[in-house]
Amino acid sequence: MYLTQKELHDALVERHGADIQQKLDGSTVGIAGLGGLGSNIAVHLARLGVGRLVLVDFDTVEVSNLNRQHYTMKDIGIPKTLAMMEQLEAINPYLQYEPHTERIIPANAARLFADCDVVCEAFDRADQKAMLIETLLEHLPDTPIVSGSGMAGYGSANLMRTERRFGRLYVCGDGTSDIADGIGLMAPRVAVCAAQQATMALRLLLGHTEP
Amino acid sequence: MKINGEVCTCSPGMTVLSLLAQRGHDPQRVAVERNGQIVPRARFGEETLHEDDVIEIVQFVGGG
Repeated sequence: MYLTQKELHDALVERHGADIQQKLDGSTVGIAGLGGLGSNIAVHLARLGVGRLVLVDFDTVEVSNLNRQHYTMKDIGIPKTLAMMEQLEAINPYLQYEPHTERIIPANAARLFADCDVVCEAFDRADQKAMLIETLLEHLPDTPIVSGSGMAGYGSANLMRTERRFGRLYVCGDGTSDIADGIGLMAPRVAVCAAQQATMALRLLLGHTEP
Repeated sequence: MKINGEVCTCSPGMTVLSLLAQRGHDPQRVAVERNGQIVPRARFGEETLHEDDVIEIVQFVGGG
C-alpha cells in the first residue's frame, strides 16, 4: 500500500495533534553519526514527521554494527547515509532528507549543522563527542545539542537519564558505562539512549527546554 | 572557585589543563565551560584560572 502525502500527514496529525505536527513539519534536526544512536534517532524523528533531517556519517555498514544499529544484512558495505535513507524513505518519503557522506571535523561541523534547530551528537568515541560539542557550542551559539554518553552493557535502564549542562547541552545516558572499560554495546540500552535523545530533541522543538 | 557547583580552591597559576589533570580527567574526553563560555581544547594549557571563576566540566564516555 502506498499513502499520498496528504494521507500520511493526516495520520500524523490524528496522532500528534495539528499544532504539534505543524511545528514538527517546519523543524530541522541534525544527526552527527548514524551508528547505534544516530540510526535509531533518525528512525524516531522520521516517524514523528520532523520536516527536515540532516544526516552525516562517513562510514559504511559492517557486520559488527548489526547487534545494535538500525541496519540489516543487505546493507553491509553500503554507506550508512544511503542505507538509512532507504529506510527513512520507506517510513515517510515526504520529508526532506539531507545526507552527507563525510567525516565531521572541527572545520566543517558548524557548516553542516548551521541551520538545524537541534543537533543530536551520536558518535561512538568519547574524544569525538567532546570535539563536536566543543565546536558546536563555540560556533553555533543558539543551537541546543543533545548528546549520548554512557549506554554500554546491560545495567539497569533506570540509571539512564537526561541532564542539562552548559545551558543548552543535554546529555543522555548513565554517564559512566564506557566501552573503554571493555563493556560491549548491546541493542536495548543503546536504543534507550537514542530514544532519550529523540525525546529531548522533540521537547526542544516543541519549546520545552527542561529535560 | 566553583567546579560543577562545588566550591574548590584555586592554586596560583592553575590552568584548565592542570585542573583537569588534578581531577583525573582526560583532556581529550571533556568539554569545559568557564564563566559561561566554552574553552577551546587548544587553549586548555593557556587559560589561567581565577578564584572567582565558575567552571563546568562535562566528561564523556565512549559508545554509540
